[in-house]
Amino acid sequence: MALFGGIAEFLRGLEAESPRVHTSMLLFGIFGPLAFAFALAISGKLEAGAVRVAALLGFLLPVVSAFWLWATYASMGLNGGYAFFVNTPTGLDAIGVSLFLGLNGISLPLYVMSAVIGLAAGLYAIHTNVERMRLYLILLLTMQGGLMGMFASIDLLFFFFFHEFALIPTFIMIAMWGRAARRTVAIELTIYLTLGAMLTLGGLVALAWMSGAEGFNLIALQLALVDAEHQKLIFGLLLIGFGILVSLFPFHSWAPRGYATAPAPAAMLHAGVLKKFGLYGLIQVAVPLLPEGMGAWAPLLMWLALGNIVIIGLVTLAQRDLKLMLGNASVMHMGYAFLGVFAFSAAGAGGAVFMMIAHGLSVALLFLLADSIERRCGTADLRELGGLGQSAPVLMAFFVAAVMASIGLPGFANFWGELAIFAALWQSASPWVLVPALSGIVISAIYGLRAVSCVFFGEARVNYRGGDLRGLEKAGALLLLGALLVLGFWPRLFSDDVNAAVGSLYPVEPPVAEHFLAEE
Amino acid sequence: MPTTEELQTIVSANNWTAVLPELLLGVLALALLAADAFYPRHRQMILRATTAAQGGILAYAVGLFLRADPGTVHVYFAGSLVQTQATELMRVFFLVCSLLVSHLGWVYLQKRSLPRTEFFHIVLVVTASLMLLVQAGNFVLFFVALETLTIGLFILVAFCRSSRFSLEAGLKMLITGAFSSGILLFGIVLLYGLAGNPLLPGTATDPLNFAQIGAFLGATGPAGEANAGQPLAVMGAVLILVGVGFKIGAVPFQIWIPDVYQGAPTPVTALLAVASKAGGFFVLYILLAGPLAPMWDTLFPALAVITGLTLLFGNIAPLGQYNVKRLMGLSGVAHAGVMLLGLLASHTVDWAFAAVLFYLCVYAVASFAVFEVMAHLAPEEDSDQDLTHYSGLMRRHPLLGGVFLVGVGSLAGIPPLAGFIAKALIFVAAFQAGLYALLVIALLGVVVSIYYYFGWMRAAVLREPLEDDPDDGRWRPQPVVTPVAKFVMVLLAVVTVVIGIYQAGLTDVVGLR
Repeated sequence: MALFGGIAEFLRGLEAESPRVHTSMLLFGIFGPLAFAFALAISGKLEAGAVRVAALLGFLLPVVSAFWLWATYASMGLNGGYAFFVNTPTGLDAIGVSLFLGLNGISLPLYVMSAVIGLAAGLYAIHTNVERMRLYLILLLTMQGGLMGMFASIDLLFFFFFHEFALIPTFIMIAMWGRAARRTVAIELTIYLTLGAMLTLGGLVALAWMSGAEGFNLIALQLALVDAEHQKLIFGLLLIGFGILVSLFPFHSWAPRGYATAPAPAAMLHAGVLKKFGLYGLIQVAVPLLPEGMGAWAPLLMWLALGNIVIIGLVTLAQRDLKLMLGNASVMHMGYAFLGVFAFSAAGAGGAVFMMIAHGLSVALLFLLADSIERRCGTADLRELGGLGQSAPVLMAFFVAAVMASIGLPGFANFWGELAIFAALWQSASPWVLVPALSGIVISAIYGLRAVSCVFFGEARVNYRGGDLRGLEKAGALLLLGALLVLGFWPRLFSDDVNAAVGSLYPVEPPVAEHFLAEE
Repeated sequence: MPTTEELQTIVSANNWTAVLPELLLGVLALALLAADAFYPRHRQMILRATTAAQGGILAYAVGLFLRADPGTVHVYFAGSLVQTQATELMRVFFLVCSLLVSHLGWVYLQKRSLPRTEFFHIVLVVTASLMLLVQAGNFVLFFVALETLTIGLFILVAFCRSSRFSLEAGLKMLITGAFSSGILLFGIVLLYGLAGNPLLPGTATDPLNFAQIGAFLGATGPAGEANAGQPLAVMGAVLILVGVGFKIGAVPFQIWIPDVYQGAPTPVTALLAVASKAGGFFVLYILLAGPLAPMWDTLFPALAVITGLTLLFGNIAPLGQYNVKRLMGLSGVAHAGVMLLGLLASHTVDWAFAAVLFYLCVYAVASFAVFEVMAHLAPEEDSDQDLTHYSGLMRRHPLLGGVFLVGVGSLAGIPPLAGFIAKALIFVAAFQAGLYALLVIALLGVVVSIYYYFGWMRAAVLREPLEDDPDDGRWRPQPVVTPVAKFVMVLLAVVTVVIGIYQAGLTDVVGLR
């Protein structure tokens, strides 16, 4: 603890001496990867090794930035409020837009998570040997820059802008390096997600201009609420728009095939981080700013979230392809986060944020491992795989741990997220939701453990080559698993900031619970 | 109409310096013909000197723009010529377009044995008439400038005399152009007759002048009957809008666009798609904000329907289109729809027109980037450019491929390219103006448009380069890119990316504050 105290003291001193050092760290984390991507794009012929080292540096920058800011934030005692402001007008003052960056208790943990997952995806990408490696890494770095910017944006238009920034490379990566039927999947994904993005854009514009704040500045918008009638309309737009982007049932059909087809680093970054855009938007923007709209749409949201858990859970059970199964599972787990939002309380929203982080880490780990299995066996069909445990014990250990995490066993970060969401649901107006929600845990245990048994136990039936997890691949997996375990044993690392931030945006006691009790 | 004395004062006031850039362009165009006639052997040098002179005129126009005061309106020649900061901007815009079109022409004509001097000559004349068109303060200058423009375009469209497509396109444009000019003139005459009628309240002394027509239409009689409600006024206004609608290619007056865009030589397609369309939009704004402003409530429903149809058609028609020139034409209709949306919003939102100008500039830069690539890839038969010519472009020629992706990406409105911000600005303006239904159509249109732009990009990035096969007429020689062309293309691409991220320079220029 003395060491931490020393670091905090140092950072505080730095803040006093040169206050801009932290904000430049923030810019560093966002534009660093982009600068490396640009440098790689214009560098001409380079040795393969140099390209890899440059890309690795590009992925390390956000991690440095994220941990620096995290430590600083902890030393500032802001109680979940915003810090590290950067506000640069870019020439769009007429519509109240400027490059306004900053982090609060909700966005900072996500910023850290996205840096960690980005590094893991980068390590894995560097490890795998694909054709046209340089373009591959350029696209991934661009994605990473967009993701960091997305969580750091206070200005809603830039929030959207950075999201699109990260989304476009996904489409290209699927189209170029995906599995079978990649072009069909890429175009389907592009059109579906563009539709979601346009609905979201419409909703955000409406939110900004109907509030009277005349701008896209989130902090200013928090003081200017839209009137009740319009809130419902705008919330509907945002719910469907964000819902498409987060694969809310029944707008999820792009997700499993997209993730199964995408090259692993793209799937890791998309399922792990980019998809959280919609949930983050709901938790940080839509629900606090449009409480009336939330009230009107909550019942529908609940049913759709249950659809995610139960229906997609059953669909997941029926999958025969490991990657398709993971894609479906990641859609299913979004249902829990949506239920956390539905609970409309500090505990629920905080649980949803925690769930987002834990799910991001665990799903990224699972996609990484699934891809290394597929590369080693030449197939991801569960009926053909088997007996990998003998030849790849480390891979098996990681996979089992990742499955445990995604089921939500104690000791992993997912546990705390789900626990908080369930506690919040119990306090909410409809505690019966817990029954189908909890049954989802059983479903995920079934398919998770069945996948483990199909892949690692039994007779070895496929021609297995490539040995155990190695080198950078292992480093990436270790990074993600380590993060899951650290948060599993020490959730306060994030939960204090998250709780403080959601506490100021959400009621501590869910308001609907009283109605429920009154009816009794 | 001005009397003889008035004409004398106009001439003696000696305001010719006000149109100096246009005069210089005209002189340059004539000098080019003369020099070519006398020194045909030095043609190359003469053309270079012409381009340099064009650059000089551009520098002069930039100076005029920088000196122009926002909010100050200069009126010359008894109201014929109205200059504002926006018209000075459009002068610069058209001169830049003419330079780029000349460059495209240079690239294009080099590959073919076609007369060159005439091409540059007509481009200069067309540019001068476009510059006069946006400064028009009465219907006389308006119509004369518009006709000069249109006739110049007829010739340019049919410039490839050996190509059936080009001749066909020229004929089609001639027919629809003459037809639309006739309609336009009919509308002008109706308004002229009505505004000059001494029995009506607020009779205009000069019933062709925009300001006076606006005042006349805004006047109401003793019984409260508004001039704007006169059936003849409505008819005249509608006919004028139909005429202008033909020029900008709004639905249902877009019928000529695909064939003409396909048949015209690529540089001329660029001229049609950018400069001519920009001129049409600026004029439409002048008309709607000036003489026809009192009739806004009558015209709005029709304009809204046209905008909706234009957005729908422009985004649906290019689906499944393989010829890239037709694709550019049809998707250009969609861009026209977005700009119309901005124009409609400009009636209530004061900064919306600046957003339209922003969109025009962004659209111009991105379109020229794409047209530059098209001019380099065009096969012998220019109208026959389809997606296969783009197969594997990224591998065959990474520079062309990169510029192409930036240009098409910006047209599709993909962040972080300029097209996204331009669309977002128009959408915010439309939202503020309360045009919700149209906004929904526009947003859905963006989703649909991704499909055809994506298909085009897919051909360039994902397809393998096809084998050269001189026999099937699909011969694809490795394009030759000169250093100048490289410079121009990289500049266009860089501008597109920079505006996508940092807009302050352009928003200052278009007056978006």
